[in-house]
Order: sequence, then structure tokens, then C-alpha cells
Amino acid sequence: MNKYLVNLKINNMPISVEEGTTILDAARQLNLRIPTLCHHPDLSVAGNCRVCVVEVKGARLLAASCATPVSEGMEVFTNSEKVRIARKHIVELLLTEHNADCTKCFKSGNCELQDLATEYRIGDHVFLDIVKPQSKIQDISSPSIVKDDSKCIRCQRCVRTCDELQGLTALAVTNKGDHQKISTFLNKPLNDVVCSTCGQCINRCPTGALTEHTNIEEVWNAIYDPSKFAVVQTAPATRIALGEDLGLTPGERVTGKMVSALKRLGFNKVLDTDFTADLTIMEEGTELLTRLKKILVEKDDSVKLPMMTSCSPGWIKFQEHMYPDLLENLSTCKSPQQMFGALAKTYYAEKINIKAQDMIVVSIMPCVAKKFECERSEMRDSGYQDVDFVLTTRELAMMIKQAGIDFNHIEEEHYDSILGESTGAAVIFGATGGVMEAALRTAYEIVTGREVPFTNLNIQPVRGMDGIKEASIKIKNVKPEWSFLEGVDLNVAIANGLANARKLMEKVKSGEANYHFIEIMGCPGGCLGGGGQPIPTSPEIRKKRAEAIYSEDANMPIRKSHENPEVVEVYEQFLGEPLGHKSHDLLHTHYRPRKRY
Amino acid sequence: MTTDLLVKELVDKNGKCRNSLMPILQGIVQKEHYLSEEAMLAVARELDLSAADVYGTASFYTFLDTVPRGQNIIRVCKTITCHMKGKDEIVNAICNHLKIKVGETTHDKKYTLLTANCLGWCHKGPVMLVNDDVYPDLTPDKALEIIQTYGKEE
Repeated sequence: MNKYLVNLKINNMPISVEEGTTILDAARQLNLRIPTLCHHPDLSVAGNCRVCVVEVKGARLLAASCATPVSEGMEVFTNSEKVRIARKHIVELLLTEHNADCTKCFKSGNCELQDLATEYRIGDHVFLDIVKPQSKIQDISSPSIVKDDSKCIRCQRCVRTCDELQGLTALAVTNKGDHQKISTFLNKPLNDVVCSTCGQCINRCPTGALTEHTNIEEVWNAIYDPSKFAVVQTAPATRIALGEDLGLTPGERVTGKMVSALKRLGFNKVLDTDFTADLTIMEEGTELLTRLKKILVEKDDSVKLPMMTSCSPGWIKFQEHMYPDLLENLSTCKSPQQMFGALAKTYYAEKINIKAQDMIVVSIMPCVAKKFECERSEMRDSGYQDVDFVLTTRELAMMIKQAGIDFNHIEEEHYDSILGESTGAAVIFGATGGVMEAALRTAYEIVTGREVPFTNLNIQPVRGMDGIKEASIKIKNVKPEWSFLEGVDLNVAIANGLANARKLMEKVKSGEANYHFIEIMGCPGGCLGGGGQPIPTSPEIRKKRAEAIYSEDANMPIRKSHENPEVVEVYEQFLGEPLGHKSHDLLHTHYRPRKRY
Repeated sequence: MTTDLLVKELVDKNGKCRNSLMPILQGIVQKEHYLSEEAMLAVARELDLSAADVYGTASFYTFLDTVPRGQNIIRVCKTITCHMKGKDEIVNAICNHLKIKVGETTHDKKYTLLTANCLGWCHKGPVMLVNDDVYPDLTPDKALEIIQTYGKEE
């Protein structure tokens, strides 16, 4: 359908834009910035905060530019006297209901409301402060998310995030008028409701109403404690986003700088979750082939297909709540973070001659669900809590600032060995489709003895930011022991964001889909858009992070998990073989059904 | 009838789509006088909505209570005209008679006393609503008389 062009003037500047464009977007095309709070590029339009009001000639009232489409001959003023006064009053009124104790707020320095108040030089309140004292009691029940209603401005971005992107609606708008509140079911603690702990709400909260449950102080204590040996692991997606919180632009790769900064913070060893990402591929790839064999050859119907990935703890908790009848489809593999913890306190502790009880394992993750995951009772197979503390990418940036490290001028360093070697296949775990691509690179080669038939190993059909992707790969000329797979079309599907996961699960349940292997990442774009990543987030920012991930992969000397020399070594010296007895004890787990409503 | 059965019956009658949420909630309030946690969960399950979503809708509407209420709900108009015409005396009389405060329910669960925003009867204030019936031109005595007729019905 052809779009008509609409002519209008904004601040006396003429512009032609497509029919249906909002005044806000038209103004942006003219490089005019109109402030917004409830508006977010990932979400539907709400138009409830009103800070984006503009004057439209001939209209009696000011219009919310985010919710008003342009019309022919329209004359808009974004900074008239009327607009300025109204906008300042709107910010002042928002502040009357906001606990503006900024210096003590975790979000201070990265708060959209604070920025606006600063921009408009809001001084002493002209309106009465009406923050309810009882709203200052924070909900700290969740190991991942802290909710502070006294900071909430009811823009409802979190509600739209949980509903539109994540398909859960754990948070809803409740009550009305001056009692209106963003709340869980019956105001229950977040830990007791159907919440995936993905933290996407945190990424989109314009204030400090939703933040991560911070562990910075615990980690400093571990670093300073001379009786403890502090080991840190870094997730794939942290190295392409950390820079954003330290003055760099989205898409800059900072792997070497991050390693160097972690050493300067005082960690005894700086190791890589990418190593266990490679290990995950060995275990999960073998698990997939074993399931296929059991079903196709042994006709064993106790084994379930499609097999689904289990790296994303937000997705796992979602599945436990929403589709408990599909739990057996989940790979039994622990996530790379937890495989790392279990190996660190066994294999690695033995190698470096440190007692497991003296070791503190810290993870730097793009994720807040990982904070929940590390506390799960299933994750103690080393005899101790396998991973002690999880920090988000944002928290690491805070620690680097606290330590006075000049991140931009720091020398690049390498990960320590062992448990520090990785491949390109591991780093792409951070993007949606990455686990699938890494698994295919290895599984195809195990079965056929040849590399995957894609230029430079880049499996383009599984890449990209589409919510749901499908691909089919024909397996030909297999090795004799895999003859049952000759000519088989391996059908795979990939979803990112839990709302998309839900659509895919409905297809699986109805039997409409015929997949063998499904990769699900709980967050939009995969881990690179995780709930622990630098704020803000948008489709453009996530696209840049994805480009950085794939260029990191392309620049790695080894790009297939099974060729990681440290992975080969851990099987030779410790684990035996994938899905072997030791793997089963340390690297695999089970899941539990949780209530859906 | 159990709450689960009641919800199932209402869903059969009104359908499973999002639009059925309101009539279902109203149907529960009619029978049980309020929306219990159990009832809201049953509705969420039947309509496949999140429980928070159901609670969000329920808590928005004054007439969809989410805390236990008595068999008869008295709502005295508290807005300005009724206030000027003596709604305080009405409220006090009812409080003294029932031995409860505004917002409370009698021990025998027969009455709950609430205040309400404008009922649209400013010309005949003070006014109160008992369940779905409007009573204008009140005096304290008249109010008590009316209330007693509700007690007898049960």
C-alpha cells in the first residue's frame, strides 16, 4: 500500500512525512528533541505522562506529540511559551508524587525524570509533596528485581513491557485516581507471583522504581577478604555492551579492557563464561543427537522432541510457570553460568589447589534472572552454592567507576587460564540464534565430518532480530554411525522475548509445528538485550550490539566449540565424555512446575 | 455453590473472551459480595489472563470489591451537596446503630457501610444507596428504618 506524504511545519520549518507519522517522530526527523517519559521505542503508545506536549495551531489544548499523528497543513510549536510553562508544570507535578531522594537512589545518574528535572532546573516544589510514606517500603523479595513504588510515576512502561514483550503481565495498573499503582496480583511480593525475573521492566523504567537487586557490596567484601579466592566469569554479551555505561557508544567491543578492569578491581582470576558456553554446546549437541537417536532408532517415546535450550534462566522460570507440561522438552543442561560455577568449585579448585569453601565465584551477566538462578537449590552440585554472586553489566560499570579506573585508556589483557579459552561459537550465545548456530556448527560436523555448508561458518538463516525464526537444514552424506540421520531435514526454530516464546510454545502444544530443536532467549534480541544490560535499550542499540557480537565471532581464531582446546582437556582429564557420569552430576539438572496463575 | 463452580457457570454464560471479564466479575460480586483471591484466580484460569490483570480490572471499579463485604452494602453519598445537606448525621446515625465505622462490616456480616462519590441525586440529598436501591431525602430516622427492612429480608 502506498503511503501518502503529509506536509506540515514544525517551529516554522517545513517537512513532509509519511501519513501516520506522529508529531514526535516528525520532529525527530528535523533533529528537534521533544522530551518523553512514557514513550518507548519498543512499546505501544500510551500518551499518559504528557511531557511531550506541543502546541498545534488552531487547537484549544496542547497535544501529546507521541500520540498525535501529523495532518496536512498542521503547524506545530515544540517550544512556545505555552508549551514550556505546561511542560515544566508537568515535570513539577510528576515530582510531587515522586520520592526525589535522588542522592540515595540506585538509578541516580541514569534516570530520565532526574534528567528532565535538571534540564528544566526544577527548584523548590511549587506544589505540595504528596508521596505516601507507606509507598517507600521497597519490595526486595525477588533476588533479581527491587520495586520501589515511591519512585513510580505510573508511566506504565513496565506494564507494557511485561505484557507486550514478555507475555506475562506480572505487573498491572491497579486502583485509580490518586490510589493508582503498578502492582502485582493482590500486591503480593514479586517473588511470590508469576514473574520470570527477566528484568526487562528494569530496562524500560524511566526512574528508580524498578532496579536490580544489587550485590556490589557483597562482591567488594569477597574481593577484600584475604581468606577468599575470588574468581570472576564474564558472559558473552557483557563484552559488547559494558562500554555503553562507561562513555563509549553502542556496539564497541571492550573484551580486553573489561578483563583488565576486572583484574584491577582485585579478582584473583578473571575467567570466561564463554568457556562453559562451548562446553554447553558439547553437552547440548550430544543431548540433541542422543534424543534423535532414541526416537528415530530405538523408538523410545519417553524422550521428548523438540528439544529446547536451557541457557536463559528467565525463559526457564517462564516455562516452569506457563508450560509445566513441556518441561521434559527442555535440555537438561545447566546454563553456561551454572556449568562454570560447578566446574570452578570442583575441577578448577582442584587444579589450582584451592579449597572450594574458600572460593567465591562471581558472574558478570547481562541478566538479572541469573541472580535468581544462582540461588536455586538445584545449583549446588559442587557441594556449595556453585555461583555465589551475580552482577549485571551495569553493576560492573559502577564498580569500575568506584575504583577510579580510566576505562577508556586501560590496556587490554587476556583471560586467565584455564577456564578462560573460548571460541567464536561461544560469544554468539549473546545474540538470538547464537546458541542454535553454535550447536549446528558442532553437531553437523559430528554427524557428517564436514563443516556446516554456509560461507565462513555464518549460518545466516538463524541470525537477525525477528521475534521468531525458522530454518531447516538437510543432513547429507553422514558418517556410518549416524546413518539414521541421512537425508533428514533438521527443523529448527528460534524465539527471543517471552511473548514470542509463548507463541512458539502454543504451536508446539497444538502439534502444528514439527521442530527438532528450539532455541529460546527470554529477552528481546537475546542476552545482548538482557535485563542487566546498560540502559537505555532500543531496536537500534540492540542491532549495534548484535553486529559487535558477530564481528567478535568472526575475529576469533577458533570458531567451533568442539575445537576449544580447554574443552577437549576438561573431557580428557575430568569429565570423560559428554553426557557422561560426571557431566550428569555436575552439568545437568531438572526443572520444577510452578503455578501459572 | 463453590466459587470454582460459580465462575465456570458465569464463563459458560458470558464466554471466554476478554470482554467477558466484567460481567463475570459482576456476577461473582452479586453472589459472594466480593472478589476473593480464589475467585480472581479462577477467573484468570478460565479466561487465560494473568491474575494481576484480573486484579487490575477488579481494583479499578468501586463496585467490584476485593475485600470481604456484608450481605447488604450501604453507600452514603459523601460529595459536597449531600455533605451540606447533612450526610454526616446520616453516617453517624448508621454507625451508632450498626456499631461499625465507615469501611467496616457488622459482626453478623449483614451490613457494610461505605461512602460513595456523587450519586447524581444532589437535588434530593442527602442520599444513600443500599445494594442497588437509591434512597433520597434522608433523615437519620428514615435511614435507620430503611436499613432495618434489609435486615429482615435475610
